[in-house]
Amino acid sequence: MDSGRQTPTRRQLLNAIGLIGGTAAVYQLMTTFGHAAETRFPGPPDLSGGRKGQSVIVLGAGLAGMLAAYELEKAGYKVRILEFQDRAGGRNWSLRGGDRYTELGGPTQNVGFAKGNYFNPGPWRIPHHHRTLLYYCKTFGVALEPFIQFNHNAYVHSTDAFGGAPQRFRALAADFEGNVAELLGKAIDQKALDTRLTAEDLDLLKEALRGWGMLDRDMRYVKGDRSSSHRGFLLPPGGGVNGAPKPSDLFPFDEVLKSRVWANMAFFMNDEFQTTMFQPVGGMDMIGKGFARQVGRLITYGAKVTRLMQGAGGVTVTYADVKSGKVSTAEADFCVCTIPLTVLSQIETNLSEKKQAAIQAVPYSPGVKVALEMRRRFWEEDYAIYGGHSFTNQEIGLVSYPNDRLLSDGPAVLLGAFANGPGGLHLGGMTPEERIEAALEQGSVFHPDSYRKEFLNGASVSWSRVPWAMGCCARWNEDTRREHYQDLVALEDRIVLAGEHASYVGCWMEGSLLSALDAITRLHKRAQEA
Amino acid sequence: MKKLAVGLATLVAMAVVPAAADEPGPGGTKPPVARTGADVYRMYCQACHMADAKGAVGAAAFPALADNPRMGTTAYAIYVIQEGKAGMPPFKAMLSREQTAAVVAYLRTHFGNSYPEPVTAADVP
Repeated sequence: MDSGRQTPTRRQLLNAIGLIGGTAAVYQLMTTFGHAAETRFPGPPDLSGGRKGQSVIVLGAGLAGMLAAYELEKAGYKVRILEFQDRAGGRNWSLRGGDRYTELGGPTQNVGFAKGNYFNPGPWRIPHHHRTLLYYCKTFGVALEPFIQFNHNAYVHSTDAFGGAPQRFRALAADFEGNVAELLGKAIDQKALDTRLTAEDLDLLKEALRGWGMLDRDMRYVKGDRSSSHRGFLLPPGGGVNGAPKPSDLFPFDEVLKSRVWANMAFFMNDEFQTTMFQPVGGMDMIGKGFARQVGRLITYGAKVTRLMQGAGGVTVTYADVKSGKVSTAEADFCVCTIPLTVLSQIETNLSEKKQAAIQAVPYSPGVKVALEMRRRFWEEDYAIYGGHSFTNQEIGLVSYPNDRLLSDGPAVLLGAFANGPGGLHLGGMTPEERIEAALEQGSVFHPDSYRKEFLNGASVSWSRVPWAMGCCARWNEDTRREHYQDLVALEDRIVLAGEHASYVGCWMEGSLLSALDAITRLHKRAQEA
Repeated sequence: MKKLAVGLATLVAMAVVPAAADEPGPGGTKPPVARTGADVYRMYCQACHMADAKGAVGAAAFPALADNPRMGTTAYAIYVIQEGKAGMPPFKAMLSREQTAAVVAYLRTHFGNSYPEPVTAADVP
């Protein structure tokens, strides 16, 4: 090694700055260096220094409950998990051929998919900055692959535009950008912009508009090779004698506006929906199974919790066996409760009034998904659509194409509906057969020749009717956050709540994991004081 | 026409709110409009309360609206629909006053409930 003065490493520099400017300065610099991005994941929790032999009962074997159990057991706690279902994973769930699912109200679906095909009724995609989830997937050996979120060649459909004919996203987006660029260019030339930009800046802006909007030399968005290179050609470039491309016609701008394609463009810019996104290889429940490999032996299945009480001596949970009805009690020093608020709000507890008010304050969304198995991948073979989503303003919301085993033969499963809000309530109130019919009817708009012809069978999940969830996800708003969120997440003597509902990353697996880590870190501190 | 306008304005507002959850995205903004009390029940209520309004029991319970003496109190039914209750979402922004009145009137005269006094939009705050 060189004995002379060395250039400090980045970490040495960061430490030095930390001493002078504090954590905020380090964070700012780390962001600049690309060390810290959006993640709030500080790494696995440090639960050292606990007294051995203290016990924790975890309610719910979803991802939050299983992560809490995994880390607490590692730290030396005696852990036990109670789960209502006969499986682990919670809303992290996949349905496959041979599975049988009975929803509230009684209808039973026997899933008929071919071997290897699956349907993720709950979570189905993972943002690249959900680092807690990515960390534990890697740690527990869950293989991930890309989820094709953004596909320029998929469709946008509106009943209010183009006479109800769907159009390719790339053509709509290109025409939207081209027209906006041309209009803005004209506004600059007419000095119509109230702007503090210098003449030099305005020149640069015009250059940007020309390059971004594919305008011609005269700042016009016109039919030609430039516009077609974004929106697609009528006859794409080829080889040999007839290799010359033919450009495509532009859409009328008023129809482009009516298609509301800007909402799609904005959607893909939302930080939770930007590429890269991931999915587990073989179905979303590979994650739940990965967690269950670590803590499955701690789980009592078929346990319906009916009462949760705490006192000076510890926590007492009363539960009934779902099949036999036999009532038992379990005792522990502490409790991590991950039961969804739809259910917890109906369980007797002696939690404080403030906490109970918070548990009662959060409504759940009514998501619905419908999966359709098709005889062949006609969207790939006939439409050149490989993964991604076609959007519609009809209730089904979208058709989403499988992201795995591209270009393969044999049956494949489409997501034929992902509905929320009014559409979710409407589809959710239908019978499973009616949901499939609605999905076929509405989805046919994208693939009229093949949709019904190639359909083999389907399955659907209405989250309002999932017996163990009775709702999709907790929906906070500004008022309920202000009034109730801190009361909900506060550790109350020996009990702490965790789950996506106890986070600001609601309806994502990342939220449930971050919530669990925060909850057990506070619980561990409390246990050390005991 | 007024009630249609209200419904659409709400949906458009919903569509442009940035997602803070794994949402479907920009689709689904134009569901069919419920015109009668029976329509509203079918399209908004029976996902949880079931087609026969008898509710359901899973890990917790959705209450039955059938044979329910609480339907005798119009103001209570309207309040719960508008404000929600525990896991049940508030429907104030999703249903117009006319739609709310229509579904309450429908519930009060169906599923074994017999409270024929009319309910109108004027009863809905």
